Amino acid sequence: MKARVFITLKNGVLDPQGKAIHHALEGLGFSSVNDVRAGKLIELDLADGTSDSDIEDMCRKLLANTVIENFRIEKLENA
Amino acid sequence: MKSAVIVFPGSNCDRDLAVALEQVTGRKPAMVWHKESELPEGTDFVGVPGGFSYGDYLRSGAMAARSPIMGAVKDAAARGVPVIGICNGFQVLTEAGLLPGALMRNAGLSFVCRPVRLKVENSQSLFTAQYDSGEEIVFPVAHHDGNYQADEATLDRLESEGRVAFRYLEQCNGSARNIAGILNDAGNVLGLMPHPERVVEPAHGGTDGRRLFEGLLETVA
Repeated sequence: MKARVFITLKNGVLDPQGKAIHHALEGLGFSSVNDVRAGKLIELDLADGTSDSDIEDMCRKLLANTVIENFRIEKLENA
Repeated sequence: MKSAVIVFPGSNCDRDLAVALEQVTGRKPAMVWHKESELPEGTDFVGVPGGFSYGDYLRSGAMAARSPIMGAVKDAAARGVPVIGICNGFQVLTEAGLLPGALMRNAGLSFVCRPVRLKVENSQSLFTAQYDSGEEIVFPVAHHDGNYQADEATLDRLESEGRVAFRYLEQCNGSARNIAGILNDAGNVLGLMPHPERVVEPAHGGTDGRRLFEGLLETVA
């Protein structure tokens, strides 16, 4: 089974990289961008039947720094 | 004083730290590979050095903080053994939960590599005992992810408990409250982004870092 983990900065944490991307988009002529925040996608290829709590553990213990980041798990059954 | 310097894959300031420790203490530190599960017996100081452990993959210091040796480092810290984390080492200590907060990408987005002026905020700790309170010193920095951040409650607590050890006197990386280095609540774990081990002899262009190691030696020995 496959799972996707989306890791994003918590609201209120400044994201200078997002700002840099925002400015670059504006420089390319895209004036419709209000804000940009950049995160990470980690794709996990897991043994069938891996529990949700195990995947959450992976997120809390390593994949996300819960001091400054949130995580969201998407499971892709039969992918 | 028996020192141990932890070496992760990608650490590159371990040897500078070892040279500084040998010069000041007269004793070569043990270089401890991250896969070891124990520190050498009788270790009375642990240094977690700078560099690019695990290539800064995932987050700087994230994977190093989960190395086998870190269990032993946490145990030693809990027993009161002094531990210092310099640059990548500071990142490792926050990721390991030995210090609060997190080190993020520099606010200006550039890698910063220059001598910076610091103020010694806490001259009572075993690391800073040989500095005067409020003394202005110069240590070099070399980092891309040195922006210290924590929530307001944590920052307030660090300030009110006197756990800010060093503060930047110039804009450096956007760190909250210009915090350059902090102590844990027991005062035996110090994390800082600047490099004291790079200013211990005149040929370095400065010697302000030497007294950090001398103070340590005096307290421990």
